[in-house]
Amino acid sequence: LSAWRRTRMADEAPFQFLHNEVIQYIYTSAENGETENGRHIATLENMGFRVGQGLMERLTKDAARFKDELDIMKFVCKDFWTCVFKKQIDNLRTNHQGIYVLQDNKFRLLSQLSAGKQYLEHAPKYLAFTCGLVRGALSNLGVKSIVTAEVSIMPACKFQIMIQKM
Amino acid sequence: MSRQSNRTTDSKKMNSELFTLTYGALVTQLCKDYENDEEVNKQLDKMGYNIGVRLIEDFLSRSSIGRCQDFRETADVIAKVAFKMYLGITPSVTNWSPAGDEFSLILENNPLVDFVELPDNHNTLVYSNLLCGVLRGALEMVQMAVDVKFAQDTLRGDNVTEIRMKFIKRIEENLPARLSHMRNTVRG
Repeated sequence: LSAWRRTRMADEAPFQFLHNEVIQYIYTSAENGETENGRHIATLENMGFRVGQGLMERLTKDAARFKDELDIMKFVCKDFWTCVFKKQIDNLRTNHQGIYVLQDNKFRLLSQLSAGKQYLEHAPKYLAFTCGLVRGALSNLGVKSIVTAEVSIMPACKFQIMIQKM
Repeated sequence: MSRQSNRTTDSKKMNSELFTLTYGALVTQLCKDYENDEEVNKQLDKMGYNIGVRLIEDFLSRSSIGRCQDFRETADVIAKVAFKMYLGITPSVTNWSPAGDEFSLILENNPLVDFVELPDNHNTLVYSNLLCGVLRGALEMVQMAVDVKFAQDTLRGDNVTEIRMKFIKRIEENLPARLSHMRNTVRG
């Protein structure tokens, strides 16, 4: 890495290290069966939700109002993703009926995990917080949603957003 | 064009807010999980330690800093390089003990506590205790056993935030080959 890039990415490090440690903390309880895993994922997701709300509140203080739902999604894909992950979403797809799929080909928070297939089962832990982040960000814009994520090939992942009509 | 530069500053600011907000969510979660502040403080310190022992490797590979000759140099590197690099602030180094084994880091602004207020029933919570663990863990990996604690805290009404660092002893070098290489050379 060039000297410039090295220091430029340094300010991302605190969050990445913290995110990792939060996951380790949540998962250190002795029980780690199916139900506990679900609870842990939910805890991480809820933490992300609160953070997402707070972040979006600061980000759109002066922004113009959005034209429509798609406009909001594009904002999430470009501005929000850039602010949080220093890059944009690589691909946005929608069925124009309330389902959006956001693809990040090099998801920052998966870089801690090795690329082997045996680590795929742990990927959800590293996606939960970000799912909440997105759900919280949208919530702050008045959009209710369910956000899930999946990894097929590291480090690419897809976030699926299902808009809930209120 | 000016919009472009706004976005860069916003992006940098947002990133520290991401960390600050996440840290807040963590402290909130710990307060739920543990019965008293002392337990939360301990857990924050432990988590900080776990981060510190890994962060040091990240720091050494980014900063090309060689081995510090003494504790004074260590203090300067912590304040002027590490804090600046990771948190965007430069604490001042003051209040050296006569023996030169203890000093204070004074933070005018503590980025962890932006927008934070301690509720009344958390009088003994050391909100930013993670930082103490980080410093302790990081220095342990470069053979220094130190004691780190908050002496002043703006969240508790003090004017500044003061972290007191005390050198305890040099740790015997029992490093596996991989890490002892890291100690002496600059990683590119």
